[in-house]
Amino acid sequence: MDANTQWVMSGTALLGMAAGVVGVLALLRRRALMGDVLAHAALPGIAAAFLLTGSKTPGPLLTGAAVAGVLGTGAMAAITRYSRLKQDAAMSLVLTVFFGLGIMLLNVVQRMPGGNQSGLDKFLFGQAAAIVPRDVRVIMVLAGALCLLVLVFYKEFKLLAFDQEFGAGLGLPMGRLDLLLNLGLVLAVVTGLESVGVVLMAALLTTPALAARYWTDRLSRMLPLAGLFGALSGVAGTLLSQVGPRMPTGPLIVLAATLLFVVSLLAAPHRGLAARLVRMARTRAQVRRERLLEALYDLSEEAASAGLPADVTVADLERRRGLSPRWVGPLLERMVRTGVVERVRAAAERQEAWRLTGHGLAEAYQVARRERLHLVYLMHQAEIGAPFGPEVHPQLEPLLRLHGLEPVLGRGQPGEGVG
Amino acid sequence: MERVQELPLVVRDLTVAYQKRPVLKEVSLSLPEGRLIGVVGPNGAGKSTMIKAILGMIPRISGDVQIYGQPVDRVRRTVGYVPQRASVDWDFPTDVLDVVMMGRYGHLGLIRRPGARERTAAMEALERVGMAEFAHRQISQLSGGQQQRVFLARALAQDARIYFMDEPFAGVDAATEKAIVSLLSGLKASGRTVVVVHHDLQTVREYFDWLVLLNVRVLAAGPVEQVFTPENLARTYGGRLGNLALLAGAMPQQLRSLGGD
Repeated sequence: MDANTQWVMSGTALLGMAAGVVGVLALLRRRALMGDVLAHAALPGIAAAFLLTGSKTPGPLLTGAAVAGVLGTGAMAAITRYSRLKQDAAMSLVLTVFFGLGIMLLNVVQRMPGGNQSGLDKFLFGQAAAIVPRDVRVIMVLAGALCLLVLVFYKEFKLLAFDQEFGAGLGLPMGRLDLLLNLGLVLAVVTGLESVGVVLMAALLTTPALAARYWTDRLSRMLPLAGLFGALSGVAGTLLSQVGPRMPTGPLIVLAATLLFVVSLLAAPHRGLAARLVRMARTRAQVRRERLLEALYDLSEEAASAGLPADVTVADLERRRGLSPRWVGPLLERMVRTGVVERVRAAAERQEAWRLTGHGLAEAYQVARRERLHLVYLMHQAEIGAPFGPEVHPQLEPLLRLHGLEPVLGRGQPGEGVG
Repeated sequence: MERVQELPLVVRDLTVAYQKRPVLKEVSLSLPEGRLIGVVGPNGAGKSTMIKAILGMIPRISGDVQIYGQPVDRVRRTVGYVPQRASVDWDFPTDVLDVVMMGRYGHLGLIRRPGARERTAAMEALERVGMAEFAHRQISQLSGGQQQRVFLARALAQDARIYFMDEPFAGVDAATEKAIVSLLSGLKASGRTVVVVHHDLQTVREYFDWLVLLNVRVLAAGPVEQVFTPENLARTYGGRLGNLALLAGAMPQQLRSLGGD
């Protein structure tokens, strides 16, 4: 890897990290689109700065971008405050008006003598390959400032994102903190303009944050994780752009971030799609098993109290309990193998019938008892005033008897208390 | 020092408008110390607005609010606020203990991080609402009632002298309702003043000893036994209730039966 690539890579990695960290707060504050607005709003600032100073160095141009970004924030705040427009309308208004103005000014610059060479159009889609050591130093300072800002005001930004009103009630200056966070967003946007460009900058703010959310339920971990994902995207995008000649780095960084997001969406433990599917399948299997056991128990109990044999057919289960034969059949077969039910023949109709084994009855008794306790709990919730669980079972026992719901069949069987 | 300055809350001529339409007019109130004070009135009567305006969260057109004789901004730490629980995103990446510790942020001030003391205070608050075992639970896993109790614990952790609660009983389970009632009486026993926006007339007599009837204006305020009358309710709920005659007729009987408990 040549020295130039190393510089580009360290620049994009730092940028990805800072944007990821600040993006988390924007996302949680439901300002995910704010970055997009600010980035687009920066364009007229860049063009105006060039027109005013004639300089192509990052200093004046990025200052112009920052000023325009701040103006954009102010315009949004003013619109939502003094008109009936809501935040989303204000955002789209500011984004389009500022961006349109920016494109117009860019055209003016292009027509100026020597304007073609100004290279301002690189701010549209970014040109990371043009990053030189001086740029990296600028990015390093900005990224460092951003991370420091989030570190210092971590507690305040958390409160701002979670419950601004409560923070105001505590007497903390939530308005000024909001301003500070917006300023941080402007800084992050400005940091990325050169390498990623105004059009794609928003992706760098939101995508790593979204990906990080899948891996953790704690803000204190989500922040560094998003920073890490952002940095990884920067490195991966830069490396990918080396594969072919003239591959655009900015879009590749965004694609790398998106890939990280998709992997997180699918594979993250707990929140990921795969984990959720597995969990749903497990829950469904357990609920089906318990529904079947409860139905078998209820029907057996009824038959026993009428002095009949406790045999149950699949047709009974469908007709009386609404259980679909499609899954009841196979589940009964599996339960035969685990010794929970046994297959018997009903004498009258020569139809296949099933009966709980001793072991199965003990388990079904537990399930039926818990379900009935819950039923009684729901009737008397107000008097009990505690959540349903083993602690309130003693209170519910007499009520169970009162309602005549006490399960009788199989009480005191060996194996009781299991499950 | 005037006597009136020691009252927990004195409101004079408070008026609030959204887009030119007044939603709260000329509200004047003096609330006594150490009471459980209910604020009831029809939907849209300005109950939540009144609390937010008192706390300075929304701008007021006119009016003067004093809490223990001081402007609100100077006594923030002694004022606890429990917002409606729907006001926040419960999928926020944080746990119960962390949310409750936010109650200490006002005492900590800017930049300083919560430490062991704040943790202890938060745990104590959680215990008082019966949620200690949920301390490390991710907040998205809580039921509606548990969310409400977390908000209450957060306000308790703040250790305020006067509390404002916005519909804490709305949509909670029986366990939470019980927890809130016992919490309220605990607060009263320790001399705190609690102002509660409430929507259920049936439980007014049971929960509160002071009452404010509000419908854009304050229609009556005083001890429950004096203020909670069919005449006052009729004035407050006006034509909004179709079965007003029924409610007013049924109320005295109901009051007697509740009062006889």
